[in-house]
Amino acid sequence: MTSNGTAEPGEPAPPDGAAGSAGPAPSNGAAVPGEPLLSVRGLKVHFPIRKGTLLQRVVGHVRAVDGVDLEVRRGMTYGLVGESGCGKSTLGKAVLRLVEPTAGTVVFDGVNLALQGPEPMRRLRRNMQMVFQDPLASLDPRQSVESALTEPLRAHGFPGDRSKRVRELLDIVGLPAGAAGRYPHEFSGGQRQRVGIARAIALNPDLIIADEPVSALDVSIQAQIVNLLEDLQEQLGLTYVVVAHDLAVVRHVSDVIGVMYLGALVEEAPSDELYAEPLHPYTIALMSAIPIPDPEVEERRRRILLTGDLPSPVDVPPGCRFHTRCPFRQPTRCAEESPDLREMRPGRKVACHWAEEIATGTIRAAASAQDPTATEVGAPAVQ
Amino acid sequence: MSLAQVETVAPEETGGGLGRDAWRRLRRNPVAIVGAILVIMFVALALLAPWLAPYPPDKPVGQVTPTSIPGPSAEHWFGLDDLGRDEFSRVLWGARWSLVIGVVSLLLGLVGGMVLGLLAGAFGGWVDGVVMRLVDIMLSVPGLLFAIGIAAMLGSGLDAVMIAIAVVNVPIFARLLRGQMLAQRQSDYVLAAKAVGVRRRRIVLGHVLPNSLTPVIVQGTLTLAVAIVDAAGLAFLGLSSNDPSIPEWGRMLADTQRYLSSAPLLAVFPGLAIIIAALGFTLLGESLREALDPKYRR
Repeated sequence: MTSNGTAEPGEPAPPDGAAGSAGPAPSNGAAVPGEPLLSVRGLKVHFPIRKGTLLQRVVGHVRAVDGVDLEVRRGMTYGLVGESGCGKSTLGKAVLRLVEPTAGTVVFDGVNLALQGPEPMRRLRRNMQMVFQDPLASLDPRQSVESALTEPLRAHGFPGDRSKRVRELLDIVGLPAGAAGRYPHEFSGGQRQRVGIARAIALNPDLIIADEPVSALDVSIQAQIVNLLEDLQEQLGLTYVVVAHDLAVVRHVSDVIGVMYLGALVEEAPSDELYAEPLHPYTIALMSAIPIPDPEVEERRRRILLTGDLPSPVDVPPGCRFHTRCPFRQPTRCAEESPDLREMRPGRKVACHWAEEIATGTIRAAASAQDPTATEVGAPAVQ
Repeated sequence: MSLAQVETVAPEETGGGLGRDAWRRLRRNPVAIVGAILVIMFVALALLAPWLAPYPPDKPVGQVTPTSIPGPSAEHWFGLDDLGRDEFSRVLWGARWSLVIGVVSLLLGLVGGMVLGLLAGAFGGWVDGVVMRLVDIMLSVPGLLFAIGIAAMLGSGLDAVMIAIAVVNVPIFARLLRGQMLAQRQSDYVLAAKAVGVRRRRIVLGHVLPNSLTPVIVQGTLTLAVAIVDAAGLAFLGLSSNDPSIPEWGRMLADTQRYLSSAPLLAVFPGLAIIIAALGFTLLGESLREALDPKYRR
């Protein structure tokens, strides 16, 4: 948890302070902080595109996730960012096998999930949970809160008093005990998300994958839910993978951030370092789009505008997948050779052939890619 | 979490689920009220026919000749039929038969259709393929024609009529339920249930099926109307019970054809009865649809 003072305007100051959650939280029992809990290798999710009514043939694949490696250590928060359609949600679901991966392995707490049959996989699910983007859609409209929270307990044979556990869970997520008998449509968005979170923590999981947990919520509610997630991490020793497109949210909660573009990770770095010095051209462009809450600095802020649209994941460009839009594109290598996600510096991984040259300023962004209102053409994009 | 206390549980409504909302919408809809009154009237008359009918429906109670069939009178409200039986009593008893035929054929069709739809919707894959091709074949034959064929095949009798109407409705229910289940299976809450480790069977029976039933219930109400009309149609064409004394609206229509010039009202009464019964179920079904699924509301 990094608390870098990026509180959004209007965000109520958390009474306990996010600073208290720095570093891995004390975990339940034998868990050793820092040990890898989740390890993803070469994960691919390709959806076949079928054509023809009677004899369907596969005419192509949507390469939603196209070879992702990542590691999440226990007790930390891994943020996954990228524009919509880059496959970050699919990646989150594929890790939990809610979407079947096409290739690659997911090792969770030493267990290779791909090798599990349906029933062992089902039992493993108690340790890995998901918080969904749309809290209303992810709750059965005909199910009361009590029933929704009892369901995971029943599915895994929770010993003991289930209705007591339901009251406990409601209390943890800040809902009144009376909420148990109510139905999802009777709640506000933030309350529904609290129910979704209560369901996710019902079985004391190790890992929670939160797929855009706040993007469907009102801005004033977003901060509350983010704080709740942080508090829970501290209390329950949770490990998070937070999928989001909102860079401010991700920066606020994440220890390490992975930037996705068109189904692959292009950069991975500790949260502060990524924002201080993005290395991949795509990340540089993303960061340059964040407004700075200081009018003088904001005035001088240099924006890098990406040209063209996000290519279709059906036709991923050859070579570097970003080269079609890259303002730093070079005549050699970029269009031919696919860059690996390599460790450029300790803790800093980047998938760009020219990352060093871009970082030192040897290679500059093409002038046309920059905001015409900017003054110092050619200067390094982000200080 | 100070705002959490301010943001208290929405007070807009107290307790109850979606059903209560639907009930409220239904009560406010005048079309639903009319439909419900017609249906309640029809069912009440059908159930109470033995006590309400002033005369036995199957015995002549007055003198008639083919050229002089007495019309409505104080004694015989709807007049006498071609065999001298009290037409009012016969229409009342006919409601009873219509209700029996409608309900039994609806239930048979519903059970058959739901079993097929559940199989297709729950398993998908080749089960779905086989079931849906069967459904396509059944649906490719026009409904009444299909029913005539089956009823003729099974021989005469009310059983044959009920089975025929049921079979015609099986593919309609099967396709409806299957489509709903497929749609619901894609929903987030099914994924969420899977994510917490709910067993497959419980997901299908506990989440997907209950959330797929609304249109089936609506279709069931509408099907009662169709079944009553179909039963009358089959009887009109001579596919009905062997026993001519059974007062069945369709047969009553058919039997009075020859006397249309001398006693046109004999066709009007059972015809009106069929229309009113079918209209009641249709109005109720349509307003149920609107109440249960607000997306349909105009």
